Amino acid sequence: MIAFSLVPTASWYLVLSAVLFGIGTFGVLVRRNPLVMFMCIELMLNAVNLSFVSLARKLDDINGQTIVFFVMVVAAAEVVVGLGIIVAIMRNRNSVTADDLVELKG
Amino acid sequence: MELFVFGCAALMVVIGAVGVITRKHPVHAALSLVLTLFGVAVLFVAQQAHFLAAVQVIVYAGAIVVLFLFVIMLLGVDRVENLRTEPLAAQRPLAVAVSLGLIGILVAAFATGSGVLHERGAGLKIPDLANESDANTTQLAQSIFSQYVVAFEVTSVLLVVAVVGTVLLARRTKSAVTENSK
Repeated sequence: MIAFSLVPTASWYLVLSAVLFGIGTFGVLVRRNPLVMFMCIELMLNAVNLSFVSLARKLDDINGQTIVFFVMVVAAAEVVVGLGIIVAIMRNRNSVTADDLVELKG
Repeated sequence: MELFVFGCAALMVVIGAVGVITRKHPVHAALSLVLTLFGVAVLFVAQQAHFLAAVQVIVYAGAIVVLFLFVIMLLGVDRVENLRTEPLAAQRPLAVAVSLGLIGILVAAFATGSGVLHERGAGLKIPDLANESDANTTQLAQSIFSQYVVAFEVTSVLLVVAVVGTVLLARRTKSAVTENSK
């Protein structure tokens, strides 16, 4: 069970990361601006990073921090490619909201 | 002391995250994202991940948010999203249900899995930072450049592919380029 004490344990950080992940999920589901959706994906990635670091400290294992390093690199590459795609779409049409991209609709 | 740091940083993280999803203006959302990223960096420091905290501030709060702001400015800053009207009536209640359910599932998984979470992997032990101030960076470098050196090299390939792909995406079409050069 989640122990309750006045010194923050790993459980506190894990619950905080779960809350952050949930907020990010809500944003991705609700917002319609692709840029803001990307920001919400960054929130979710940060939540995962936070849980990795807290588990690394709890288990006394540096590999949790190593994988956060790789997640950050992949997140940076993902943002670069995603923003490139948004700019490329923007060049062809006037407004960019997720509702306007209906070419694949059956 | 750690309680105080955790409380302040958690407040920063949650306020920033709520700001990202509730602000109408994308620039305000990006600035709220900076607050969240700084809060996460503080939590990294509180958990003795000093190198990752520095990388978090430099890469996320520095590079990625600036990239976001750059694209927002490029696409026009006056595009304010209308958050009052919702085209799909059931979307918001469903989204609330999904995200609350996700939080509940995650917390339940952490609570029930805490018995399993005592088994550590094969990684190096986290050093005591009271004795050596740069021990975290040294340890992380040892892990990346010995055990995970292949993954590190593949990461460099990934970055090159991402850069080339983005340049290709953002480039004008060939006909437009030749039209301009004539």
